[in-house]
Amino acid sequence: MKYVVRKAYWNPEKEENWLNEMSAKGMALTDYSWCRYVFEDCEKGKYIYRIELLENIPKNPVSIAYIKFLEDTGVEFVASYMRWVYFRKRAADGPFDLYSDIDSKIRYYRKIRSFWTAFAAMELTIGFANVLLGIINSINFYMGLFVLLVGFIILSLRHNIAKKIKNLCREKKIRE
Amino acid sequence: MPESTERSALTEAVFYILLSLYEPMHGYGIMQNVSKLSNNRVNLGAGTLYGAINTLLEKTWIKSVDSEKSSRKKEYQITELGKSMVEGELVRLKELIDNGRKIVGGEI
Repeated sequence: MKYVVRKAYWNPEKEENWLNEMSAKGMALTDYSWCRYVFEDCEKGKYIYRIELLENIPKNPVSIAYIKFLEDTGVEFVASYMRWVYFRKRAADGPFDLYSDIDSKIRYYRKIRSFWTAFAAMELTIGFANVLLGIINSINFYMGLFVLLVGFIILSLRHNIAKKIKNLCREKKIRE
Repeated sequence: MPESTERSALTEAVFYILLSLYEPMHGYGIMQNVSKLSNNRVNLGAGTLYGAINTLLEKTWIKSVDSEKSSRKKEYQITELGKSMVEGELVRLKELIDNGRKIVGGEI
């Protein structure tokens, strides 16, 4: 059976946890579009889900080569949204982590950090400009406040990732 | 003069990937082989492996090989340069183990 769940997540890590909880309950994600998750029944805990931010959009040849490589290791491409991709692998086939050492984790988190930086900068600029315009037009003012709020949420996501990078870099000074 | 990195340690992942590729192998084969060699202590992430393979290809420590039996999956193999890196690493590791044993003592 198919189930559609409408839900919004800011934080991809929380989203990934939720998908894995759903899988543990016997609901496997099969498709995603903006804030719309499609699940199908599966054996409880059949799949492990991972969400990854790619360097390019999934249709880009660089991404295609990477996704093909993952598929050759038993990973399934489930869905994508912009540069975010939803992967899954059967839990019976062993652990499923995309990055297994400190170096590659740092590199990956840095990619996410620059994504949030660009996103936050855009939201804060647009938000601030609209608040200024709000002097002559109140619609702009409220819209601007809303966009600023989004910008601050994204800044906090960026802050979380930056903290992780800092911890990993400290760890890297003494181990691999 | 550029800073030399020739003598620095290989990462555990790279060392095990290079060891695996003394036989031609595709990506998934490498992941399974590394898990087996390390008794499941080292489980390479597919993203980590992909990055390492591309870097090793660029440095020509490994090369892609054309295989007839599985034309769908790309196989890789270690090059002479790669082998010399593994050999250099073995010397370095031996030094670590010898010194460790000398001071801490006992068999590991």
